[in-house]
Amino acid sequence: MYEFDWSSIPGAIPLLLKGMLITLEISAVAIVVGIAWGTVLAVARISGVGILSKLAALYVNLFRSVPLIMVILWFYLITPELIRAIFGAGIGDIRLASALVAFALFEAAYYSEIIRAGIQSVPRGQMSAGLALGFTPGQTMRRIILPQAFRNMVPLLLTQAIILFQDTSLVYVIGLSDFFGTAYKVGDRDGRLVELLLFAGLVYFVICFTASRIVKRLQARYAID
Amino acid sequence: MSYNWNWPIFFSPVPSGETTYLFWLIEGLKFTVLLSLSAWVLALIVGSLAGVLRTVPNRFLSGAATAYVELFRNIPLLVQLFIWYFVMPELLPKSMGDAFKQSDPLFQQFVAAFVCLGLFTSARVAEQVRSGINSLPRGQKSAGLALGFTLPQTYRFVLLPMAFRIVIPPLTSEFLNIFKNSSVATTIGLIELSRQAQQLVDYTAQPYEAFIVVTALYLMINIIVMSLMRVVEGRVRVPGYMGGK
Repeated sequence: MYEFDWSSIPGAIPLLLKGMLITLEISAVAIVVGIAWGTVLAVARISGVGILSKLAALYVNLFRSVPLIMVILWFYLITPELIRAIFGAGIGDIRLASALVAFALFEAAYYSEIIRAGIQSVPRGQMSAGLALGFTPGQTMRRIILPQAFRNMVPLLLTQAIILFQDTSLVYVIGLSDFFGTAYKVGDRDGRLVELLLFAGLVYFVICFTASRIVKRLQARYAID
Repeated sequence: MSYNWNWPIFFSPVPSGETTYLFWLIEGLKFTVLLSLSAWVLALIVGSLAGVLRTVPNRFLSGAATAYVELFRNIPLLVQLFIWYFVMPELLPKSMGDAFKQSDPLFQQFVAAFVCLGLFTSARVAEQVRSGINSLPRGQKSAGLALGFTLPQTYRFVLLPMAFRIVIPPLTSEFLNIFKNSSVATTIGLIELSRQAQQLVDYTAQPYEAFIVVTALYLMINIIVMSLMRVVEGRVRVPGYMGGK
């Protein structure tokens, strides 16, 4: 029978916390940029302006059809070229930068679908009412439609955030030391992979399970009747 | 940007000389499809079972099924894969674990990825099946029982035939996801599509060609699965329901 030895975990806590910070940083940037850019995409998609809505649809469908791992690898490949093109010189470690870009642009595609459904759940009359009151279409969208739409979507946006938080572990493929990457490295270093992997699983479980419970409670409170 | 495009690279021989890079891609495609389809079968079986159990009037059974679903939904896929691949062989009885570790590496990778992807997806399938059953009018179950069916018979003849027809559209997106998620197997070295993309980059130093072709292959899989499922959805649609005739 396998003999567990958890002794390498306490000493690794500072390293693991540092990894968790990277995980949280990627998640936070992906959530903020993803929702902002996703809103733009969603509005473009239902704008009725031919070319804009087609481009937005193409973007969303493309990102939603490709595995996240491929997207991370793509940006790991492209980002150095972009940085060189913009700044004229390469910079050192681009793993974090490329992961941030990849997650933000990838998650925007998923967020835009949630936001689009949210906007479409607002009764059409709200748009007409706004226009009748003399608001421009842009103002109506910003001041009347979007506030109601976001309220409807809060649970879905948060659920997507939990999924995204779990998915950040995939930065493993470009060797970035996020929480999971650090746990793996420590386990590999100390020959205690079994314990470290189980520990990482437990940490993710506690965080995500708690978060999803909170979302469920919010869902009950936020529901518009 | 000065990049030397070299599309014919796919037809040049690999270092060992036996075959071409194109064959590597085909090999990758084969494993992506094989892994996804086999894991999908496992996911459907286990997921249906767990989904049904979540709705039965037995606290122990429904509680166990709920715990199962929560466990698999709240741990990242990558962590689950590493646990199946690195941890499970250690926790098995020694003789079994050793036998597994001495087997062909490809076999080890495939089995770990198959079990991982299948069970991960089964938790999502279970949620869809449960909400399908719960969406049926309450009267259907009562009617079944009133007609003298036992509870299992009510499920078998009344509830499930309807529930499965209702959950097929939402299952389509899970089916698409399993192909995308299969790319995670690259991390344990299984030679599926995204692994082959990385290999091609390492061997040919022509990253763009490799990535473009592999991305296109994923898009192709997506389109094929979507058109297939559209046909299936059309066939099983329930008249009188949303999207029904």
